[in-house]
Amino acid sequence: MRTIRFILQKEFLQIFRNKAMVRIIFIIPIVQLLVLSYAANYEVKNMAIDVVDYDLSPWSQRLVHKLTSSGYFRLQRHTFNIKEAYEDLQRDKADVVLVVPRHFERDLVKEDKAPLQLLVNAINGTKAGLANAYAGSIIRDFNKNIRTEWLAMDERNAPPVIEVTYSNWFNTRLDYKVYMVPGILVVLITMIGSFLSGMNIVKEKEIGTIEQLNVTPIRKYHFILGKLIPFWIIALFELAFGLLVGKLVFSLPMAGSIWLIFLFAAVYLWVMLGMGLLISTFTETQQQAMFIAWFFVLIFMLMSGLFTPVESMPGWAQVLTWFNPIAWFVKVIRMVLLKGSGLANIQTYLLIMLAYALVMNGIAIWNYRKTT
Amino acid sequence: MRQFIVFARKEFYHIFRDRRTLLILFGMPIVQIILFGFAITNEIKNADIAVLDQSKDYYSSRLVQKLTAGGYFRIDRNLRDQSSITAAFREGRIKMAVVIAPEFSQSFHHHNKGRVQLLADAGDPNTATTLINYATAIIGNFQQELNGELELPLTIDTTVTMEYNPALKSVFLFVPGVMTLILLLVSAMMTSITIAREKELGTMEILLVSPLPPALIIVGKVVPYIVLSFINALIILTMGVFIFGMPIKGSLVLLLAECVLFVLTSLSLGILISSVTDKQQTAMMASMMGLLMPTALLSGFIFPIESMPLPLQWLSNIMPAKWFIIILKDIMLKGSGLQYVWPQTLVLVGMTLFFVIMSIRNFKIRLS
Amino acid sequence: MDPIITNGLTKRFGSFIATNAITFEVKKGEIFGFLGANGAGKTTAMRMLCGLLRPSSGTAKVAGYDVYTQSEKIKQNIGYMSQKFSLYEDLKVKENIRFYGGIYGLSDKAIKEKTTQLLKKLQMEAEADQLVSALPLGWKQKLSFSIAILHDPSIVFLDEPTGGVDPLTRRQFWDLIYEAASRGVTVFVTTHYMDEAEYCDRVSIMVDGRIRALDTPRRLREQFSAASMDDVFLQLAREKAKS
Repeated sequence: MRTIRFILQKEFLQIFRNKAMVRIIFIIPIVQLLVLSYAANYEVKNMAIDVVDYDLSPWSQRLVHKLTSSGYFRLQRHTFNIKEAYEDLQRDKADVVLVVPRHFERDLVKEDKAPLQLLVNAINGTKAGLANAYAGSIIRDFNKNIRTEWLAMDERNAPPVIEVTYSNWFNTRLDYKVYMVPGILVVLITMIGSFLSGMNIVKEKEIGTIEQLNVTPIRKYHFILGKLIPFWIIALFELAFGLLVGKLVFSLPMAGSIWLIFLFAAVYLWVMLGMGLLISTFTETQQQAMFIAWFFVLIFMLMSGLFTPVESMPGWAQVLTWFNPIAWFVKVIRMVLLKGSGLANIQTYLLIMLAYALVMNGIAIWNYRKTT
Repeated sequence: MRQFIVFARKEFYHIFRDRRTLLILFGMPIVQIILFGFAITNEIKNADIAVLDQSKDYYSSRLVQKLTAGGYFRIDRNLRDQSSITAAFREGRIKMAVVIAPEFSQSFHHHNKGRVQLLADAGDPNTATTLINYATAIIGNFQQELNGELELPLTIDTTVTMEYNPALKSVFLFVPGVMTLILLLVSAMMTSITIAREKELGTMEILLVSPLPPALIIVGKVVPYIVLSFINALIILTMGVFIFGMPIKGSLVLLLAECVLFVLTSLSLGILISSVTDKQQTAMMASMMGLLMPTALLSGFIFPIESMPLPLQWLSNIMPAKWFIIILKDIMLKGSGLQYVWPQTLVLVGMTLFFVIMSIRNFKIRLS
Repeated sequence: MDPIITNGLTKRFGSFIATNAITFEVKKGEIFGFLGANGAGKTTAMRMLCGLLRPSSGTAKVAGYDVYTQSEKIKQNIGYMSQKFSLYEDLKVKENIRFYGGIYGLSDKAIKEKTTQLLKKLQMEAEADQLVSALPLGWKQKLSFSIAILHDPSIVFLDEPTGGVDPLTRRQFWDLIYEAASRGVTVFVTTHYMDEAEYCDRVSIMVDGRIRALDTPRRLREQFSAASMDDVFLQLAREKAKS
């Protein structure tokens, strides 16, 4: 135990002496948490709409007004030149173009039918889908209104309807930030855990001090623990700090037990630290170590359900997420914070993490022995 | 010039002899593009839902059937009462609960109104909104089906054209982003770490006392990486086209020229990072922490820039990736020519110059 | 019992024999020079003796412990200084001493005393709070050596300890070695410098994994009728080239 104390002391001294590193470990993550959490937002409103109204009748004007006052669309340009509208679409200045043909109102009354044209910039499929849905429902609504007005139809004579009401649970204000903050926090502490620990060991290899340590009575497990514990502590500390920032700045709800999150994080970090250790056993230079760590962390991060839902992925990719520690932690931290899930809800995940921690560290230590 | 060629050749040897690094440089982007290209999407399929059917009559069960028929929803469980809803959500599997009011058929036919309640897990607001939209649309269709085809007077017939991406594939949204992200990170990290490594091992000093001017040394170090990164860009582009079906509607020459430009931007960013750090560890953490998350989040790769608060929209302008993503989408999907993408191109040129000038200044300060 | 005894110690890497059945013993308090061209098998032999590498065959005992089964015991009783610089550049002088003292299990009190002693002996009191990276190379090497014997090992292994150091500092370095030897510490040193070989009590010269000569420098010179150790070494090297 005494030996580990000395190694820990040395590691902490080395970490804190490197000013650039201290900044990277403590300041950058918090700044990123603060800034990036605002950036992560899918919310679609204020889509730019170009209106080409060839009819200019009271009805067509009413429709345009209805669209632009809905909160979903803002008028980008009113034009009679369809080319201009296309140009806006091309330049990403407009998301939607509404074309009202000549004699729209007249046709509607005389022929009982009139066409409308909607051009949607669909490169962002989701956004296009929403634009279509919003515009569609506004137009339908408008259609219903003019019909009842014109024909003086009675509501009670209308066909039966299914009334759909909905409510958003756990996040009634649909605040995207409270969804993203925990996830971003997970990624930030993961980077500390997996990168720095592995790199630190490889660094001793590269500068040759590991030779010296090998002839001292330091046991392998002393060395490994001494290398991993500092980052474990730092990462947990960052988690605490990040949660505090989340609470104060983003009013992050904490429906469940904070201790549960720390319990899970404590186990989770051993998985990532073990991964760092494993990488360090088969790399010779920090460059290699970091490229490999980068490769995995990027995959873990982008396929974790942090940004895009796991449910959207193809089946094989969903299977891959079972082996993705970040995915589990992102899921658990959101469950506990937002929905108040308890130990009973997450115990399976906790056990999976524990198993990964054991396997990862087991392989790493076995490999470490073999190679040195 | 001869000296320079000798020097650059040495750098090539260094890189190509190191099989492991080479494998990393080419293998990793390929694997990542494939994984991300397929996996990063926000189209919703097979979302798990819970159903609380309080009427259990003919029409309510047809409604439930209808919901699951489209492939959007999958019933994870049937609930018995209201109180079990929260517990079901807490387990973390279901995304939405559908509650059908008692005596659904009866009230639909006799009171002209059937009641359905959708409860979404808005922990993820985006998914919640989308699911509610889908479910509402499906229920709307069902209602029409029940009413039969009615010829209504005064019908507005809207035709919708999805420009540039008729199938609404999210591949078109994300693949250009994935390509940009990986190209940027690999190029910037590679250079920053290589130069930091030379500094750390002290070999940089040996080079600096050689008769070559320092600027040429840096250029010599970077030339092989320009070639490597451009090859990488070609591989990534080819995969985008052949694996993910990205079209190249615009000029291929313009596209390749823009790729070269972006490679230069990324590499010069890497040089800038290495000019302010001495240690590999710092260089890599700076490229990791400083580049990865901000690029992923602020470039418009995943989250639309126009949804961000204004200060962040301004901030997004300093992300080189943002501009390249726009260029890629414009040229590949819209077939835009230089007359459309010149502003973005100009921004990238400006950034590259800025990075280069800043690094030269930094290196000079160090040397004096 | 002699602190280092080997008998037919051999290490094979595949079909390549790095050290081929070397047999020798080193006496207590002796300065034993271990010479050989690059690749002659010096480092391999040394790594086996330090318990870093498992021999293929033969026996060896270091400080009375068997290299096969008691390598942890050996590590407690030896000091080691490698050719690669072994101190942490980003730690202060004092912190390096404290770290190595600590991992050899010295008590806090002992570490404190030893630190004062050591700094005084090296006349580095003023530099105690400096980062090691700020020290000149010669000082680093002296510090490195003093730290290698901080825990009073009975044997110290030095792997080309004076590489790249100026002659004056090398002289001072050897003063430290003599001083340690006079306290009964056994010194096992590999070197490239033939003038340093003259400082050793006994010298062995390895060629192609075998020990080709082993005696005091004076008797080796007589045996090969050479004017200096340089000549002895060159003769053995030429012999190898002929065969």
